[in-house]
Amino acid sequence: MYSQKVMEHFTNPRNVGEIPDPDGVGTVGNPVCGDLMKITIRVKDNRIEDIKFLTFGCGAAIATSSMVTELVKGKTLEEAMQVTNRAVAEALDGLPPIKMHCSNLAADALHEAIKDYLSRNDGRKAAGETYEGAPGDREVDERGGGSR
Amino acid sequence: MRRVYLDHAATTPVHPEVVEVMRHYMLQDWGNPSSIHSFGREARAGVDEARAKVAALIGADPEEIVFTGGGTEADNMAIKGTAWELRNKGDHIITSAVEHHAVLHTVEWLEKQGFRATYLPVDEYGMVDPGDVERAITSSTILVSIMAANNEVGTVQPVAEIARICREKGVRFHTDAVQAVGQLPIDVHALGVDLLSLSAHKIYGPKGVGVLYVRRGVRLTPLLHGGAHERKRRAGTEGVPGIVGLGKAAELARLQFDQRVEHYRRVRDLLWERIRERVPEVRLNGHPTERLPNNLNLSVLYVEGESMLLNLDMKGIAASSGSACTSGSLEPSHVLLAMGIPHEVAHGSLRMTVGVSTTEEDTAYVGESLGEIVDRLRAMSPLWNARVR
Repeated sequence: MYSQKVMEHFTNPRNVGEIPDPDGVGTVGNPVCGDLMKITIRVKDNRIEDIKFLTFGCGAAIATSSMVTELVKGKTLEEAMQVTNRAVAEALDGLPPIKMHCSNLAADALHEAIKDYLSRNDGRKAAGETYEGAPGDREVDERGGGSR
Repeated sequence: MRRVYLDHAATTPVHPEVVEVMRHYMLQDWGNPSSIHSFGREARAGVDEARAKVAALIGADPEEIVFTGGGTEADNMAIKGTAWELRNKGDHIITSAVEHHAVLHTVEWLEKQGFRATYLPVDEYGMVDPGDVERAITSSTILVSIMAANNEVGTVQPVAEIARICREKGVRFHTDAVQAVGQLPIDVHALGVDLLSLSAHKIYGPKGVGVLYVRRGVRLTPLLHGGAHERKRRAGTEGVPGIVGLGKAAELARLQFDQRVEHYRRVRDLLWERIRERVPEVRLNGHPTERLPNNLNLSVLYVEGESMLLNLDMKGIAASSGSACTSGSLEPSHVLLAMGIPHEVAHGSLRMTVGVSTTEEDTAYVGESLGEIVDRLRAMSPLWNARVR
């Protein structure tokens, strides 16, 4: 049912874990649906210096999480934003049709993490500049202004 | 690598003695039972003998046994056959939310044909309340179909009581006993059922053959029209090798009943013990005592079922899960959900069903293997990480 590549990533997943005090966090899915992914990134000079994932889910969910971390490590943020769920599936030599829909969310989680990073940085800028952030950004301000 | 098969609710290996009988009816007595010549008579003798053996297993008369192409066909024959036969008497069918799809989807199809259906709820253990059956019966009810024991969680239904209620109300009662036969003492007269389905491949017989028990006097519209086979109840040349295989399997199930059940219960309980020793935060799904002796259904919290199955498979262990990922749909098991088990817990369910070949060593191996797997998957799970923090 799964390709050899999926099974290889499922058996030996890359970059498992959580970066402490990360520059960006992306979480997608929910346990009710059977898939939950959390990606944390460290960004340096506009590149993804480090990336880790935690995933609750089926074989496809774990393999796509592992693959996306491998695909974008060292890439620029712009390059990483170009990586799609479909590209992740293709890099794994495909997924069973039903999994394309339900368990192929890793690129979404990555994009969320990058957006989180970007909004945090905007947020920091906003503290010094006259920046009218979207409602969502205020949360980031609070976070950034607190323990950091 | 060690291989441990814990999916006997899905299917069982064919007993060597069953294979021997089937072989004989393919290589020696291979005639058509409807033929008048000696070749036909030899095959007919095999079918008759098998019919008597199945009847003996469930306390029926041989002429009340109709051979089918399996449990699903038996369920379809009972339900559709009753619906068509009694459609002038009423249009209402009662079943439960936890039936096998062979029953549920058949009833749903009949709804599309204009029949009405009631799907009774179950309690947290998966059990139907006979009082609910009584209250659901109306003057237009023509059939109640409640399984003898559930295929996923093993919960044993109060079938005798439900059958008594149906008899008092004059409503026909069918039970899908595909999982129960060979594990529970099934006597159709003691139970008081009108129709009962069973399948060969769950009791160390071949695939593709089953039985519908039809109590004398109960009329059904046939699903298949053609020759006068099976007393005009099921047309088509008898699948003789399968039928004689089922006959042998039924005979063995009857003769070895006590020792098999005792063995199932012992290794199943050991398996649960080994798993609980090794894996924290697991819960049992289904009834603690009113369950099939070979069935263990558990949920491992914070981990998804398919990823456990894949890992178990890599260690040579065969099990199944009620997670959405293994059901081929986006929803987890309808049985677990009907029991009120939350989605995320249902996604982490595992069904392990032991058999005659399961050993004590197997249970230790599975407990340790599952422990390693769960440790690894939990280390990867954001839910577990959020919880331990």
